[in-house]
Amino acid sequence: MQKKMAYSFPDEVLEHVFSFIQSDKDRNAVSMVCKSWYEIERWCRRKIFIGNCYAVSPRIMIRRFPEIRSVELKGKPHFADFNLVPEGWGGYILPWIVEMAGAYPWLEEIRLKRMVVTDESLELIAKSFKNFKVLVLSFCEGFSTDGLAAIAASCKNLKELDLRESEVDDLSGHWLSHFPETYTSLVSLNISCLGSDEVSFSALERLVGRCPNLRTLQLNRAVPLDKIATILRRAPQLVEFGTGTYAAELRPDVFSNLAGAFSSCKELRSLSGFWDVVPAYLPAIYSVCSRISSLNLSYATIQSHDLIKLVCHCPSLQRLLVLDYIEDSGLEALASSCKDLQELRVFPSDPFGAEPNVSLTEQGLVAVSLGCPKLQSVLYFCHQMTNSALVNIAQNRPNLTRFRLCIIAPRKPDYVTLEPLDVGFGAIVQHCKDLRRLSLSGLLTDRVFEYIGTYAKKLEMLSVAFAGDSDLGLHHVLSGCESLRKLEIRDCSFGDKALLANAAKLETMRSLWMSSCSVSFGACKLLGQKMPRLNVEVIDERGPPDSRPESCPVEKLYIYRSVAGPRFDMPPFVWTMDDEDSALRLS
Amino acid sequence: MSPENDAAGLNFEATELTLGLPGKSKVTSDGEAKSGTKRGFLETVDLNLGDKKCGQSQTDVQEAAKSSPVSKAQVVGWPPVRALRKNAMKSCKYVKVAVDGAPYLRKVDLEMYNSYQQLLSSLEDMFSCFTIRNCLNEKKIVDQVNGLEYVPTYEDKDGDWMLVGDVPWQMFVDSCKRLRLMKSSEAIGLAPRTPPKCSSTT
Repeated sequence: MQKKMAYSFPDEVLEHVFSFIQSDKDRNAVSMVCKSWYEIERWCRRKIFIGNCYAVSPRIMIRRFPEIRSVELKGKPHFADFNLVPEGWGGYILPWIVEMAGAYPWLEEIRLKRMVVTDESLELIAKSFKNFKVLVLSFCEGFSTDGLAAIAASCKNLKELDLRESEVDDLSGHWLSHFPETYTSLVSLNISCLGSDEVSFSALERLVGRCPNLRTLQLNRAVPLDKIATILRRAPQLVEFGTGTYAAELRPDVFSNLAGAFSSCKELRSLSGFWDVVPAYLPAIYSVCSRISSLNLSYATIQSHDLIKLVCHCPSLQRLLVLDYIEDSGLEALASSCKDLQELRVFPSDPFGAEPNVSLTEQGLVAVSLGCPKLQSVLYFCHQMTNSALVNIAQNRPNLTRFRLCIIAPRKPDYVTLEPLDVGFGAIVQHCKDLRRLSLSGLLTDRVFEYIGTYAKKLEMLSVAFAGDSDLGLHHVLSGCESLRKLEIRDCSFGDKALLANAAKLETMRSLWMSSCSVSFGACKLLGQKMPRLNVEVIDERGPPDSRPESCPVEKLYIYRSVAGPRFDMPPFVWTMDDEDSALRLS
Repeated sequence: MSPENDAAGLNFEATELTLGLPGKSKVTSDGEAKSGTKRGFLETVDLNLGDKKCGQSQTDVQEAAKSSPVSKAQVVGWPPVRALRKNAMKSCKYVKVAVDGAPYLRKVDLEMYNSYQQLLSSLEDMFSCFTIRNCLNEKKIVDQVNGLEYVPTYEDKDGDWMLVGDVPWQMFVDSCKRLRLMKSSEAIGLAPRTPPKCSSTT
């Protein structure tokens, strides 16, 4: 009787119900209930997220989901951010755009992360999608302002253009003038990554002035401080604003103009930019500080006392990005003033200096963990740490979901006891039961991995460097971390055994990266042969791996599950181990 | 271990790992004592190496592992700071370089050089048809293909076009907004202060 009822719902009703289900996870679950739900769901899915562009092909995506309006894709592995992935590895968007141009003429949104985007791709986007609205390029590269000009010229309904830390070949500031005078729909513009060339300021001014829905505007460094007031007066409705260089000769008229302009922005909640800050100009933003929830000062090279003054004006602060110039004293002030703080990122001002240049230690982080009850997400670069500080942090903040600690010198022990930091990180995973992301550093033995495997049941992403003693460490993680999706490892003595013993686990994960470890070419071949649904990529710039003994460790290894099979766009230094006898592609 | 795992040829028994804290020693079924002590990184690497050639990069890692704390400058990608952030933090002074008659611009970071000679050598590399001829205080660049002479000039903070080489290097770096390799014939008005005594050096 019940079965009959389920089948008697008309498709339109089910479709309507499904339209309220937005999350990918839920949509995927819905599609697995039965065949008819799979069919209905696939026709009405509008948004798709693909965490690894090589896990699936554009054709497969199009075949299953014919009516997509929004695509999000990620390309290179995370360690590409730190130059560990050689240039030319892959992650090209063009083949996707080509296929989607034909299949999804009504595509509205493209969001990319760590992909290679060319001007050709941007021109094709501009030409192919008549209702294109959102382009977000995070940590992408390969394109120039010419490509942006094409987008500006053709996309009449563009709402969002966000270049978020991409590398853009800045050929000319005039691309902005390609937005026609009739274009007024801009809501969000982030050009903060554009190089030191002048942006066509008058074009920017006119654009801002004619777009009444503009909510987010993040300028690049080249925009001088004395232009900020002009911009803000044309867009007092801004919610997020990023300055350019925040330095100029101190002049009372410029200051009061600036302060006046900021005070007219009643909706402002987020500030960023602040390159080259002249502290005397900081009070110009005080009038908006009480409402500010997000502050990115990670390029502001100002000292602790100036940072403290600023932070004490921001009681609603939820997110702070800052340089280690803030020091322990600044973090203590933060802990007393900003009780709503949820996310803290402290970046190193001098990452390659031999000695610490600032007084920022484990104490600062302990203070914040004690004073900020809502703190969930931490990224912290420092020079020293103790187990007892980590235990304190863990006990103070069991609600942590992301904890990334980078002790700058590799393999540094607890500076008081000289012991490894196993117990400290062990406390983190034991107390923080909802921890989803963890980055380790300092001196660590296999024991820390045993703690992680035992306790970190919700952990989805783990980053490991210069740690562990043996394969046992890797085995603990692979066999214990039930929710693990991404694992990235560098310079650890993990070899074949743990990898081969946990081969099946790898199919439940998005990807595994291992570089400067001890995984042999022979093990890679074996893994590739036995696991057809994994792409086992050997990245080795020393030449073909079969020119060395099988027992020789590979330089870098990237393993990811895929239904698309081995890719065909590999450069000469990447080999996919597949299930054929000749494991190597002919170069 | 389950039969299918053995059948897959992965030989799980050989890879069987016992979970125990380091320092405890375990005895396996055949009576052999399995050491629970840490296997040093160097040991592991030695077991795998069979060839000097393949040992190359591992040796480098070994060396890095031996010296502690590891010298930061030598380790690629550590600490994990993104390039954009690194570049934003160090002072860099990018200026455009235009060449009369050439359709494309290049950019150079003046902070990367310590002297005029270094800058001009770099320009020589970039525009590879050029060679540099030194004439006392005046630097000339010659296009080997068409024999035309170019004079390096720059636009300063005040918008004036000056000859490269007239002021101390650091003053030049601070005031230079862009570079232009101007055809000699057009560089009138930027006349050198001393009459040229030419001797070519490339």
